[in-house]
Amino acid sequence: MPMQTVKMVITGPFSAGKTEFIRSISEIDVVTTDEGISPESAEYGTKEATTVAMDFGRITVDDDLVLYLFGTPGQRRFDFMWEILAEGMLGFVVMVDSAKPETFREAKSILETFRAYAPTPYVVAANKQDHPEAWSPEDLRIALRIEENVKLLPCIATNKESVKNVLLELLYSILEEMDT
Amino acid sequence: MALKGNLADFSTTQILNLINLARKTGTLRIYEPIVTDETITDGQGNKRKKVVPGEERATIAFREGKLILATRGDQDGHLANVLQKAGKLNAAQAKVIRERGAGYSDKALALMLIGANYVTQADVVRSIQQYTLDIVYDVMTWTAEPFVFEENITPSPERITVPIDLKNVIIEGTRRAREIKPLEEELPNLDMALKFPEAPGDKFRGIHLSVEEWRVVSFINPKNSIRQIAKACNMTDTEIRRVVYGLLQAGLVELVKPPGMQPPQAAAPVRRSQTQQSAAIKRSVVERLIAKIKET
Repeated sequence: MPMQTVKMVITGPFSAGKTEFIRSISEIDVVTTDEGISPESAEYGTKEATTVAMDFGRITVDDDLVLYLFGTPGQRRFDFMWEILAEGMLGFVVMVDSAKPETFREAKSILETFRAYAPTPYVVAANKQDHPEAWSPEDLRIALRIEENVKLLPCIATNKESVKNVLLELLYSILEEMDT
Repeated sequence: MALKGNLADFSTTQILNLINLARKTGTLRIYEPIVTDETITDGQGNKRKKVVPGEERATIAFREGKLILATRGDQDGHLANVLQKAGKLNAAQAKVIRERGAGYSDKALALMLIGANYVTQADVVRSIQQYTLDIVYDVMTWTAEPFVFEENITPSPERITVPIDLKNVIIEGTRRAREIKPLEEELPNLDMALKFPEAPGDKFRGIHLSVEEWRVVSFINPKNSIRQIAKACNMTDTEIRRVVYGLLQAGLVELVKPPGMQPPQAAAPVRRSQTQQSAAIKRSVVERLIAKIKET
């Protein structure tokens, strides 16, 4: 039987937790295209490395079915990769750092961009809910103007159960879409 | 839970919208911006100087989504001053009342002034309302200050508070907004259309719109793009953005795609292959993925 692969995209602003999200659930070590951040770079001091092209994780369901998780680069200068990664995706997750209001505008912009790429189901993950300054999912829904029919889920990307919940909710949304 | 941020990223209008829609009770504190040598990174990965709170510049209190009181750090919000600013007391009267009424709460002082026929109850209410609004409209033009919203913190019971509907405040504040750039970021696509939310009659009750704004409202229909409405009303892009932004933030209208709106050109090829991909994936595949992730 030929191998079938399906793809989900994990997107969001710079430092929203996309790489951590994939790392928490992937059965293989995440294949990253991170590069170290040089002292001249704008990101120097914020994190040790940043995703340049994509992150790649895998969940093997069976001999004939594999789920690939692709994480997009957060920086706008690599946004040419977004459309390539979006091609053929089953659905996507928009990660938002709940404790960084300075990234909310970009999160909304990325969400709208991916909605325009493909009419696939998506969920919004309100990441870093364990941070003391995290905005609640209810407040984020209003701040990001997320419609009521779109799932906005609390998330801690370093917690496997939390990541599983986000992916399951996305898959349930995909099932619901198939029913309509 | 406190909401922290900077008005550069989340404007006063957006905060008021959040408080209005979530019917929040609490106090918004806005601080003088102190620029440090530390840096933070925005959502695009651009670095900028970290701004930390300095002295408190204003506090704005809310109860169940309504504005109830505002004070400024550089103004003495004593009731005598508020009444003097509103023209209900002259300078000499205000001075005497400040001196003699130093130990009294606002409520006690108001009762004394009303009893002595200096002012009426309506004078007190209107003066506090106007004082509060003047501060909030001023704050709505600030663009770089750190803020904290503390839930369930309200003014002392001895203060006089006047509930004010935030929808009108948002619309008026947007009229006065100086910065146009955030409006372009918030409303980049004028080819979108507008529709009324559910029960628009309830939402528009008590709303004070200008003639210009009513003209825009009269053209709202999911078939009309914002650009078409601007043309019909003879408005520039900036003018229509300002009006629509105010209506959106006040929850009076919602953005929708007009019929026949074309997706962005870059998205078209992906959309086609996406459709093919979706058709190829069967329900059983998704169910197997669900089962696998559950057991992972």
